[in-house]
Amino acid sequence: MQQSLEVRSVAPNRLLRALKLVRSAPPTAKFGMVVVAIYAFVALFAPLLAPYGEVEVVSRVPFEPWSASHLLGTDQLGRDFLSRLIFGARNSISIALLTTAISFVIGCLLGVLAALVGGIVDQAISRLVDALMSVPDLIFTLMILSIFGSSVTNLILIIAVLTSTRFYRIARAAALNVASLDFVEHAKVRGESLLWIAVNEVFPNILPLILSELGMRFCFIFLNIAALSFLGVGIQPPTAEWGSMVRDNAALINMGDITPLIPAAAIAFLAIAVNFVVDWLLNRASGLSEEG
Amino acid sequence: MTTKSHPILSMAASRIGLGLLSLVIVSLIIFSAVSFLPGSYASAILGQNATQAAISAMEIKLGLNRPWFVRYLAWLGAAATGDMGLSFSGRPVMALIGPRLKNTLVLASITAAIAVPLSITLGIVCARYRGRFIDKFLSTSTLASISIPEFFVAYVVMMVLAVKLQLFPSMAGIRNGMGLGEQLYRMVLPILTLLLVILAHMVRNTRAAILSVMASPYVEMARLKGEPEKRVVIRQALPNAIGPIASVVALNLAYLISGVVVIEVVFVYPGVGQAMIDAVRNRDVPVIQACALIFAAAYIGFNLIADIISIVSNPRLLHPR
Repeated sequence: MQQSLEVRSVAPNRLLRALKLVRSAPPTAKFGMVVVAIYAFVALFAPLLAPYGEVEVVSRVPFEPWSASHLLGTDQLGRDFLSRLIFGARNSISIALLTTAISFVIGCLLGVLAALVGGIVDQAISRLVDALMSVPDLIFTLMILSIFGSSVTNLILIIAVLTSTRFYRIARAAALNVASLDFVEHAKVRGESLLWIAVNEVFPNILPLILSELGMRFCFIFLNIAALSFLGVGIQPPTAEWGSMVRDNAALINMGDITPLIPAAAIAFLAIAVNFVVDWLLNRASGLSEEG
Repeated sequence: MTTKSHPILSMAASRIGLGLLSLVIVSLIIFSAVSFLPGSYASAILGQNATQAAISAMEIKLGLNRPWFVRYLAWLGAAATGDMGLSFSGRPVMALIGPRLKNTLVLASITAAIAVPLSITLGIVCARYRGRFIDKFLSTSTLASISIPEFFVAYVVMMVLAVKLQLFPSMAGIRNGMGLGEQLYRMVLPILTLLLVILAHMVRNTRAAILSVMASPYVEMARLKGEPEKRVVIRQALPNAIGPIASVVALNLAYLISGVVVIEVVFVYPGVGQAMIDAVRNRDVPVIQACALIFAAAYIGFNLIADIISIVSNPRLLHPR
């Protein structure tokens, strides 16, 4: 009974505070948030917005020019370019989001546990992370994909594991500061399990530090998957994906047609928008730490 | 003994040792990746229709019946002498990659030779005119350059300079028979793209390195003595910022590696990156291993150089708290 009352009184406060925060954001961050919202809307309602299906062949002529029935023309197989662009938003963003979420969970959990346990466990995980970070991500991903084959699951898992090393580093460093504080000691004395302490005591206290990293890593993952698909080893056809759309229609560029550049620009636009928001969060975090 | 007489030398030696150790670990990862191939290595070479007898014969021929660490040491020893074995297509890997490695090195070193002095100059200018238009412009373009995919930059460059203005060829397929001038002419667009990709980042970091030095007491002192700002930047700040700048430059050159792969593919430039992508599509594992080893060694090497330069230029780092 008491608990439900508490929840009710806290929730609107948080919402209000969040709204206040958004209103105080600089114009670049607001612009970023609006753009992200538009992308999210397009991604969520792709089937309703797209005039044709994702893999529907609508024309016998490949590379049809822009027209009233096909606003951005057709692609190399005679599929509607605009529809694939819209479905591409859904595929590209959801795969990048899922990958970010997985790497966030793996990296933070291992990082916090390593900081709490310390000793040989910490050493072992940290050295493994060092080794993984001493190869460029793209090269490592290419190597693993060539061995296991490039399916979406493999792609997500490999990039998630490689990116989790970044979350691990930052979460471990932040958790080391928190792990020696009184409330963590209390929880240990109370006999709480390590996992419980990691999730309920340490994690909420390091979350603000990791938040901007989350946005930044989403950008990197999003760009990485696009680059891999562009190279022809990422997300495989017939799935609509922005990177591979650029690759498949690249022949048009030599004819002076800018259509293949549109998905590439869509990638860049989203990444810039997210970075605007991240930049604001970073500035806010550093401003707060200077005050406190 | 040497620890006492040459702290910097011994520090450099230990860093090089650590670098070699991480290279060994990486090579172990690259080597063992093969054992995860679905089916056996021999059947991967021979294809799916190979008979059991042919597979076992191939395994003996390749020495696959030996323990893995013996095979690893043999592989590593051969790799150290430049012998990366045979590709699945039957040709020696180094014969495939060797000329391409030269092409990639040429591309990367020309880019570096332009990018390093240019970014340091621009970084100094930004630090000197902090907060003015050029500074803000470069800060914003840094944000853009980490958000824009390399292939987008490449295609825009190609669209404008090759297709619309027709100044340069859109494909950079250089061959041995071409003269040096012709080869350089064809390399202009890939080099330009690489510059656009890494320059903003390098300028940004140079600027940060100089600004952090500008906050120190001796710079304040020089200003109070009435030295002109230009002289303060060049005589006081720059020499002390060389260490951080050099390490930043080396780190960014390491970052160049993944850019090279994409840009070689866009401009059909015959380099290692392109070879690696082709090998990934054909699942030609020995070639992929060789490429990965080359890229990893370059990456570790650049990071090592960055480390050593920053220690040599700032001996205080020799004595961590």
